[in-house]
This record gives sequence, structure tokens and C-alpha cells, in this order.
Amino acid sequence: MIRFEKRLKPSRATTILTPFVAVLLTMIAGGIMFAALGKDPVEAIRIIFWDPLFDSNFADYSRPQLLVKAGPLILIAIGLSVGFRAGIWNIGAEGQYIMGAIFGAAAALAVYPAESALIFPAMVVAGALGGWLWAMIPAILRVKFRTNEILVSLMLVYVAESILASVAQGVLKNPDGYGFPGSRNLQQYPSAFNEEVFANSGMHWGVITAFIAVIFTYIMMTRHIRGFEVRLMGEAPKAAQFAGVSTTRLVVFCLGFAGAMAGLAGMFEVSGPAGQITIDFNTGYGFTAIIVAFLGRLNPIGILLAGLLMALTYIGGELAQLMLGLPGASIQLFQGMLLLFLLATDIFTNYRLRFGGAH
Amino acid sequence: MNLLGIDPVLLIASLMVSATPILLAAIGETVVEKSGVLNLGVEGMMIVGAVVGFITAVNTENPLLGFVTAAIAGALLSTIFATLVLYFKSNQVATGLGLTLVGLGVSALLGKPYEGIKSPTIKAFEIPLLSDIPVLGPMLFSHDLMVYISILIVALVWYTLKYTRVGLVLRAVGENHDAAHALGYKVIRIRFMAIMFGGGCAGLGGAYISLARVPQWTEGMTTGAGWIALAIVVFASWRPLRTLVGAYLFGGITVLQLNLQAAGVAIPVEYLSMSPFLITIAVLVIISARGNQGAPASLGRLFHASS
Repeated sequence: MIRFEKRLKPSRATTILTPFVAVLLTMIAGGIMFAALGKDPVEAIRIIFWDPLFDSNFADYSRPQLLVKAGPLILIAIGLSVGFRAGIWNIGAEGQYIMGAIFGAAAALAVYPAESALIFPAMVVAGALGGWLWAMIPAILRVKFRTNEILVSLMLVYVAESILASVAQGVLKNPDGYGFPGSRNLQQYPSAFNEEVFANSGMHWGVITAFIAVIFTYIMMTRHIRGFEVRLMGEAPKAAQFAGVSTTRLVVFCLGFAGAMAGLAGMFEVSGPAGQITIDFNTGYGFTAIIVAFLGRLNPIGILLAGLLMALTYIGGELAQLMLGLPGASIQLFQGMLLLFLLATDIFTNYRLRFGGAH
Repeated sequence: MNLLGIDPVLLIASLMVSATPILLAAIGETVVEKSGVLNLGVEGMMIVGAVVGFITAVNTENPLLGFVTAAIAGALLSTIFATLVLYFKSNQVATGLGLTLVGLGVSALLGKPYEGIKSPTIKAFEIPLLSDIPVLGPMLFSHDLMVYISILIVALVWYTLKYTRVGLVLRAVGENHDAAHALGYKVIRIRFMAIMFGGGCAGLGGAYISLARVPQWTEGMTTGAGWIALAIVVFASWRPLRTLVGAYLFGGITVLQLNLQAAGVAIPVEYLSMSPFLITIAVLVIISARGNQGAPASLGRLFHASS
């Protein structure tokens, strides 16, 4: 008989190993799926994971795209990971991302066409504020009324999408846009344009912010009292209470931090790669970032790597759509499978397999 | 009697239709949560039910068969969740979310060739005699079969949980899994069945959207219905009969909102379409401010039999 036996301590080796096993299992399952769709599985996997980086025809375009896509994923996932560690479940990052973009773009469009070096920093602050405010709704409801933050934060995604549709056709609509919905293009507004820092690298200010967030969070989680409180709350809530950790403060901090990070990601996206507020501005980064956070084991360095890998599946997926005519949804499915495989292999960090009966 | 061009008889009749998918999903999730498991994958199971039911109905021209396969598909998808959560002891919140993501992906993939087709719909089933009553007849007793089946399922769940041995065991497992295990009940097996029941109900609910409410397939067509069903469970304080009240209240808001859109009231469409979500949040706040009475004590907690 095979059964699981609890380990005395989580295994470090398996903690690091399981994401790789999960990726491998996803590739195998994905390959079977591609074969079922009538495509050559080996070729499909190669196009998704190899060609964007190393094929001479695509690499020049794809490599910068890697950072463009990884930036917001890492930024959002870093924010979420802190809350997840404490057992605070913000799954509405998509909404906070949208609100950050709206606030950031609104700050720029309010002063259009003035040029000043202060505009971009003001947008950064506005973007973070937008996401933070949107996350404060579930935070305050949880703290004041013990309302479930999972459901509230998720519902607010739909509300944010409605607000996005409203402003894209209303207050933020481009007055010179011939009546089409969508705001002015910020890429053509020098003071507000989130330009690449190094040409053709894909490295815009959002990517740099993501890297800073990784370092900041790493230090906070390992060296700072707040990081200790977060970990304590997640691993031993009762001990945290006895130690005088304030649940209220921690909920507000975790949701606010995640909201601000998601808001920043939205702001950098709208002022850079996307350029404008449109009805379908959001593309699901807020949800994919949840996978990134788990794939990175809620560890800042892990999230950095996971974000890059997930960005690769986005770019490779687009390439596979183009080259093989793979449906776009298959990549979505691929990412979902990755999360499930990861959660399945997770058991080996806390349990070990035993053969034979109990002793 | 007309208010803003809205006919109350039609309003109540259509709110029952609009509430049915949420009601089905919510009653299934109530059973799951009563057994102590939180499955956030409702949205994913609903959308898979919607697409599978639609495909079956289009190919066999038999909508009832569509509902049957949708329930099976929902239940099958939920076994992934059940296996991960119960045997691999994965985090319930994350696994449920993963299930939703996978469900959305699978449904988009399967449904692609079926976009823009109309499905055969189920005919209205007029209950003899009752449907002839003036006003009440067309309002309550002239719906399609699934509306009555959904109410029947609610009644059955209520009766089972309250008055039968099976219900008692299920509740014991949800309240204190260690005690239930010590008494010799198969915690894992009972929860597995509860999760599959929830999956089947969610599948039915999804199919009701694609086969009766919209009769069409569009990607992501459940638009948050699964999440609202989860909120209804909390609203109902985990009581089956209250889910009926909750779902119908919510259905009423949705229908009213759509009617106001159609009537061209001077409120922008975006604000009307976000109103169901805002109202759900408001209701959640009111309920939780009173304290979450009735939440199963072992809800979301991990069970590992050490011996």
C-alpha cells in the first residue's frame, strides 16, 4: 500500500525541484493536448519554449517582448505573494491593475499637452494609488465586517472592467479620435511615454520597477520584522496572535501592497506597451500572476524566474498560433494545467511517499 | 400595471429563468461546503458544462441530453479538484482557482467551432391545471423543465441534509473531520462524492445558460455567475432553502437591470451591468457583519488521517 507520511520539516530540495517537475509534466500533458489537436507535439513545444529565444527569425523581436510581458507579471505576482504567504487571498489583482492604469492615464491626460519632467513621476504615484485604493475596498470590508476578501476582490474585477469600458468611451475618450472609443495614445505624449530605457531591450520603467520590487520584497521577507510577521501569520496564526501581531494591520498592509504593485503594473503598461486606455485593455495578467506567484513558490527570486517562464509561454503561444494555427485558448489551458500540476507535486515538500502499511 | 414599461408578471417569470443557473451552482456548492471543502472552481465547472451541453445539444438536437452530458462533464472536471485537494492535500483556494482557469481554457478550445450557432432550446413545460391560473399561471407554472428540476434539487438537498442519515454524516464530516474519522466515517470518500455532486450541479447551471438563457455559445459566457453562486452560498448561511431566496433575489436584480437597460433609463449601461456585483458585495458585507453563522467548522481545513 502506498501512502503519504508527513515530514517533520518541509523538504528544501523538493521545494526547489517541484516547479521543474511541474513544468516537465505540463510539457508532456500539453504535448498530448497538441497531438490531440492534430499538431506535431515536439514541434509545438519547441516553438513555444525554444524558438522565441533562439530562432534567428524570431529572436530579435521576441527577446525584448520577454521582458515586456514578464515585467507586469513579476510586479503583480510579487505583490500577491506577500499576502498569499500570510493567508490573505487577494485574487482580484486584475481589477487593481485596471484601476492603476486608469488612474495613471488620467493623471497624464488631465494635464495634456503640457510637457514636464514631473508628469511621469506623478503618473507613477497615481497608478500605485489607484491600485491601492481598489485593494482597500476588500481590505476595509474584511477588517471592519469580516467579509471574505476572496469574493469581494474577485467581484471588483468585474466592476473595474465596467468602469474601464465606461471611461474608455467617456471621460478619457480621445477628443480627436473621430468618435472611436479609447483614450489618446500616451506613446505620442513625450512626458507621459514609458519609453524603453535601453533601445530594443524591452526594458521599460515597469520592468526596472519589477526588479526593484523583487529585491525590496526579498529583503523585507528575510530581514524585516514585517516579513517575519507575514510568515508567522501564514504558518502559525495562533502564535502570531499571542505574539501581538495585529491582524488588521497585516490585512491592510498585504492587500494594499498587492494593490499598489498591480496598480503600478497597469500604469506602466498603459503608458508604455499598450499606449492607451481601451475597452479591452486588460489581458488577464492579474490572473496569470497568481500562477506566477505559486510557480515561484511565493519566493521573490522564484517569482522572477517564473515570471520570465510564463512570459515565454505567452510569446511562444502567440508564435505557435501564427506558425501552427494553434488556438489561443490552448495556451490559456496550458498555463492552467501548469498551476494544477504544481499544486499536485507540492505534496512532496510536506509529505513523503511510504510503501507498505503503517508501522 | 406597468412600471417604466416593465411588466411584473414577465419580470418574475424571467427572474426565475435568470436565477436558475446560479441557483443550480449554488445548491451544489452548498453541499460541497457543508462537507468542509471550499471549491472556488465553480466558474470553471459551469463554463465547461455550458460548452459540453451546447455541443451535445447541437449535435444530437436533444437539449435534455445536453443537460445530462453537461452534468457529467462538470462532475468529471471536479474530480481533478477532488483528487488534488483530498489526496494530494493541495491548497483549496489555489486549486479551485486553477480549476477555473483550466475550465475557461478547455471551454474556449472546445467551443471555437460552435460560435454563432443557435442551439435547440427546451420547450416550456406548462404544468397542467396550475398553468391555467390567471397571472400566477404564466408567472410561475409555465417554465421549462429545468426551472422545476432546479427547485426540486434544492428541496432534495434540504431534505437530505436535514432529515437523513447521509445528510447527518455529511454535516459531521464538514463540522469536525477528525471526529467523523474517529467514528469510522470515510471522510475522503464522502467529500469526493460531495465535490462531484457540486460539479454536476455547476455543469447543469452552465448548460442552462448556453441552452436556455442565451441559446448560443460565446467564449467566457458565464461572466462571473460561478463567483456569484459562491457569494450566494455565504449569503444563504449554508442553508439550502435560503439559497433559493438568494438566487431569486439576485435573478431579480439582474433582470431589472437588463430591463432598465432596454427601457433606456438615463443611467449608463456600464453602471447598470456592474450593479449585480456591487449589490452582491453589499449583501456579503451585511451578512458578514452579523457574523458568519452556519459556516461549517472544518471548511477549507486540511484533513490528513495520521493513522
